[in-house]
Amino acid sequence: MRVRIARELCVGAGQCERSAPEVFAQDDSGLSRALVQAPGAEQWPAVHEAADLCPVGAVLVAAGRAAADDRRETS
Amino acid sequence: MARTCPFQPPGRYAELRATTPIAPARVWDGSRTWLITKQEHTRALLADSRVRINPARLPRLSPADGEAEATRSLLTLDAPDHGTLRRVFIPEFTVRRVRTMRPGVERIVDGLLDRFGTLDRPADLVAELALPMSTLVICDLLGVPYEDHAFFQSRSERATRLMGDDESVTALLELRDYLDRLITTKSEATTPDEGVIGTLATQGLRTGGLTHADVLDNAVLLLAAGHETSAAMTALSVLTLLQHPDAWQELAEDPALMPNAVEELLRYLSVADGLRRSAAADIELDGHTIRAGDGLIFLLASGNRDEDVFPSPDAFDIHRPARQHVAFGYGPHQCLGQNLARLELEVTLSAVLRRLPGLRLAADVDALRVKEDSAIFGLHELPVTW
Repeated sequence: MRVRIARELCVGAGQCERSAPEVFAQDDSGLSRALVQAPGAEQWPAVHEAADLCPVGAVLVAAGRAAADDRRETS
Repeated sequence: MARTCPFQPPGRYAELRATTPIAPARVWDGSRTWLITKQEHTRALLADSRVRINPARLPRLSPADGEAEATRSLLTLDAPDHGTLRRVFIPEFTVRRVRTMRPGVERIVDGLLDRFGTLDRPADLVAELALPMSTLVICDLLGVPYEDHAFFQSRSERATRLMGDDESVTALLELRDYLDRLITTKSEATTPDEGVIGTLATQGLRTGGLTHADVLDNAVLLLAAGHETSAAMTALSVLTLLQHPDAWQELAEDPALMPNAVEELLRYLSVADGLRRSAAADIELDGHTIRAGDGLIFLLASGNRDEDVFPSPDAFDIHRPARQHVAFGYGPHQCLGQNLARLELEVTLSAVLRRLPGLRLAADVDALRVKEDSAIFGLHELPVTW
């Protein structure tokens, strides 16, 4: 699994950090970042919850590797 | 559809979910609007960029509704301006920042509960705990003098009435005047102010690209939204736990259950209902065509009782997975203060369980007066004894 945050969509609700604090965190600007790009399988349920709860669909999850041509992916 | 019971949304919600989850309706001026009652549709539409919050297009609930809304706030701007403005506020409300507020909130709650030993019984939990708690917290955060609380509490209570009238417009204007003066004072102050309004009034005006009017519009919003909602949730949550002694007992014995219990309370009580938007383009959804210009009303209390998401939705269960609720809305406008609200509820409810173990209701549940005409559902009073 690969994860990224679409920073330009992020609205800083903090849902991803609440669901998966070992994978996502809000930085000083309040927007979220992925702390790891390939979280271990034990984190997958939390990552899926984070993706489900993000109110703007900014938590991008891909099986294997992230889509390279998705220009929204910035962090 | 007025809500008259503290615990149950209007009965028509369940009927609409079952029969016409995307229901065409007319508001008083004859314009078309849609009532959205399923969570799936609520999430899809609130996150859709064709769905807008621009107040000029919103379905109006009464003739006076919308008259005082010519503002540039988080609740009136659409993308991209909304995102730019929201980013100014986000750092003040992050999960990490809110965590640092816990000791302050605990001090406030402990101070209020210390006074319970001297109160006549029965006492009103709204006036003695829920409202002063949320007001003290938001005053600290924003940098608004608590001494003025009676003034802004009454004005924001009037200003958030669902069926706006002249009185609610006047109340909003008075609240704006008050904050207008406060911002001017803070922007001229020589010593830095740690509150959010002070920060915005100095840094925001000088370097953040904000105007005085921007700061004002959003200060009004944060002050009003920040204390009414948490106060309403706190009092209704205490009442709910009093009605469910098993849950009260479990939470008293195992405080680790509290975060999920708070999510379930948010879902179950849904104090902010009836979010309004409009469609900026034709939207096809489940066989319906929502036309450009149509209004949309999201009945969040219904989405939070959606059988497809929450089995036995009318049951209060602190163990159920409840986080998928839409009590804070959804999409780019999802509540900015949601993590602060969670903190206030966790701290206050934990302290009540610990310090007032013998708390009980001092009135008949059916006799409690509810704010059925308010945009924020809540209790006028909650008489308790201990």
